[in-house]
Amino acid sequence: MTDRKTRLDTPLSRRSILKGSLASTTALGALSLTGVAPLHFVSQAWAEEQPIGNFPSKTSGPSITLGFNVPQTGAYADEGADELRAYQLAVKHLNGEGDGGMMNTFTPSNLTGKGILGKKVEFVTGDTQTKSDAARASAKRMVEKDGAIMITGGSSSGVAVAVQSLCQEMGIIFMAGLTHSNDTTGKDKRRYGFRHFFNAYMSGEALAPILAEEYGTDRVAYHLTADYTWGWTQEESIKNASEALGWKTAAAVRTPLGAGDFSQYITPVLNSGADVLILNHYGKDMVNSLTQAVQFGLRDKQANGKNFEIVVPLFSRLMAQGAGDAIKGILGTTNWNWSLQDDASQAFVKSFGQEYGNPPSQAAQTCYVQTLLYANAVETAGTFYPPEVIKALEGFEFDGMGNGPTLYRAADHQCFKDVLVVRGKENPSSQFDLLEVVKIVPRKQVEYDPSIFGGELGPYIPAS
Amino acid sequence: MDRSSARNDLLLMVVFTAAVLTMPIWLTPIGAGYPDLLQKFAIFGIFAIGFNILFGLTGYLSFGHAVFLGVGSYTTVWAFKLLSMNILPAVVLSMLLAGVFALAIGYVSLRRTGIYFSILTLAFAQMAYNLAYSVLTPITNGETGLRVLRDDPRVLDHMFGIEVGESLPTPELFGLRTIGYEGFYICAVFLIIAFFVAMKITRSPFGLALRAIKSNQIRMNYTGFNTRPYTLAAFVISGMYAGLAGALMAVTDPLAGAERMQWTASGEVVLMTILGGAGTLIGPILGAGIIKYAENIFSAFNEQSLHHTFSFLPEPLQNAAVSISTMFVGEGWHLTLGIIFMLIVIFLPGGVMEGFRRITRWARKPPAPRRAQKIQTAG
Repeated sequence: MTDRKTRLDTPLSRRSILKGSLASTTALGALSLTGVAPLHFVSQAWAEEQPIGNFPSKTSGPSITLGFNVPQTGAYADEGADELRAYQLAVKHLNGEGDGGMMNTFTPSNLTGKGILGKKVEFVTGDTQTKSDAARASAKRMVEKDGAIMITGGSSSGVAVAVQSLCQEMGIIFMAGLTHSNDTTGKDKRRYGFRHFFNAYMSGEALAPILAEEYGTDRVAYHLTADYTWGWTQEESIKNASEALGWKTAAAVRTPLGAGDFSQYITPVLNSGADVLILNHYGKDMVNSLTQAVQFGLRDKQANGKNFEIVVPLFSRLMAQGAGDAIKGILGTTNWNWSLQDDASQAFVKSFGQEYGNPPSQAAQTCYVQTLLYANAVETAGTFYPPEVIKALEGFEFDGMGNGPTLYRAADHQCFKDVLVVRGKENPSSQFDLLEVVKIVPRKQVEYDPSIFGGELGPYIPAS
Repeated sequence: MDRSSARNDLLLMVVFTAAVLTMPIWLTPIGAGYPDLLQKFAIFGIFAIGFNILFGLTGYLSFGHAVFLGVGSYTTVWAFKLLSMNILPAVVLSMLLAGVFALAIGYVSLRRTGIYFSILTLAFAQMAYNLAYSVLTPITNGETGLRVLRDDPRVLDHMFGIEVGESLPTPELFGLRTIGYEGFYICAVFLIIAFFVAMKITRSPFGLALRAIKSNQIRMNYTGFNTRPYTLAAFVISGMYAGLAGALMAVTDPLAGAERMQWTASGEVVLMTILGGAGTLIGPILGAGIIKYAENIFSAFNEQSLHHTFSFLPEPLQNAAVSISTMFVGEGWHLTLGIIFMLIVIFLPGGVMEGFRRITRWARKPPAPRRAQKIQTAG
């Protein structure tokens, strides 16, 4: 009911309420008589605020529930654990506890620190196990049993794509966590899915010029690629970007997710004529493949008269921690790093550090930001009604979230912001100080036309 | 004798049907009365019933049953993509194709018995999983999973003039949705039919032959009884049950992933059957329910909800209780499942059903001689 009241401020609202209530009574009547069929028929007459997902049944109480769906087991478990910490911190800040973190630097912000639309924020958690099936089961539980109004999380693009399309069907907004595949906001984009994290295409565009600068333009690359949507698109993006600068690709080999032992994939690299190994791996996979590649002595070798190099296009501090010394001098890109000196990043690092005793990872940052962005969109829209919240997020420009001025592009629900090119530090000053920022690549350089990946967002009001 | 067992079966059937159809009501107090989990109960119930026809009756322990689950799922999604969003052609085709796979795998594997049979089926399952995961990516879409797309051909739907709207088409049964409670009732009807068929098989002469194979196959062979056709038939039926379960998984959620074929999925159904009670009719369904409940409910607990549960305790005790119990919930739910499994296998080798039998036997026994016995042993 409060949702209705807030809508009274807008000039159209009286008419729409009349229309809405009239339509919903007829529709309810029709529904109870014949089941499903007439929904099609009246969908046009339902001008505003028909029930979608858990709206309004689960948004009318004194509190609302968010669903945090992260990998707690499997190859991406470390990222998942850090994501969960960030979500809990975001909930605290939204409810006005703690020091507020990036809520103090975020502009333009409608956040109040009194929950969302005055309702206390609660949350439920689930384990995606980095498997599409388990992730969807877990998301369904959150929606059907716990009454979650928004689902967020995921540390694998396969899972993100699967959960995102489920959320589209159920009419629940999905704020993707760490997902880097071009498909998430490319060919598999959805109206109800939003991604703050950058993608493989941006990594390629940002990283390739630096690679050419450091290693020359006549290199031959060998790809090892995690065999799923993220790996495929990252391989493609890096290939395209590096080949445009004159590199050649010797081979691209797919490895199963969570393989553990990569030695059989690394041995053929040396005789392939390649002089750069590109590891399209993430999480524990990347830790294992990089450590094994270094143990095999690849980096001490010479090939084609040049030093053999290893590149990890998507980097994170958690992985750097896992890989230890192997990470030193390796180039890659990252969405965000805790060593950034802007006010927002500093505020977030301080807040996170006080709570948990260690600096946040890039996964934590993107998840924290996504939660705040959703809350802010609801405040801006003045309602939990999903289509209005989506419209508030589409084309939203903001700053003060640690990535500089950022745009949530309406055409594909992808955030556009600066990309960090980083390198594993040779002499880390602490166990967390593992990455040094080589270059902050400006947003302009990584922008692209949304039509290159195809896909369509779909309707604001899901068929039911 | 015959008539009374027939009456018992009828009673069992009626009680079972009533219990399944009222699941949304009596499972709500324990937090399991929501559509997705109810669907899982029904689907894995079917899977376990089918597995029990092979393992419970003939004693052949297959470690590769997830293959048929996966085949069922992939066939269903392909049927959605190529033929129609109506679930009937999809379910029928899935069962048939799973049957064909079972015939092929069974024909080879059933040449061996015991551990060799188990290893053979495991090898086939692992082979199928790896094929689906990487080699057959054009058919299975690998790790990402096979999904229904808007611009799929759907020949039958086009023939009958059913066009897709702006959003993704969803599976349906002549206008009935397959998600939420409707989806559960569709699965529940399949479960009841599956249970009925399994009961008929168990009570039939064919079922008797299967149990005879379990008790002593060599003696059967010596009496001139050719057991191969019987075991193969049991294997194929069991595979078709798994195919049906796989089809229903894709019906309630039109996505098929290779992880459904992983050996862990094959192991899961073995656990379900043993946990509930191999060879019994109800046992496997109970086992499936317990495992799915543990997976979905225990894994969802987090520290916050534990603090809430133990809020009646004073602060230090509450913290201690929470820190001990976090080991068993959330990401530690496998530990809980492991402990339950160990306890049941050690103390109730016949599964949960043996527990029930012991309780009923204990309740029926007059208490006096029991007490006397106790005194005797104490003395």
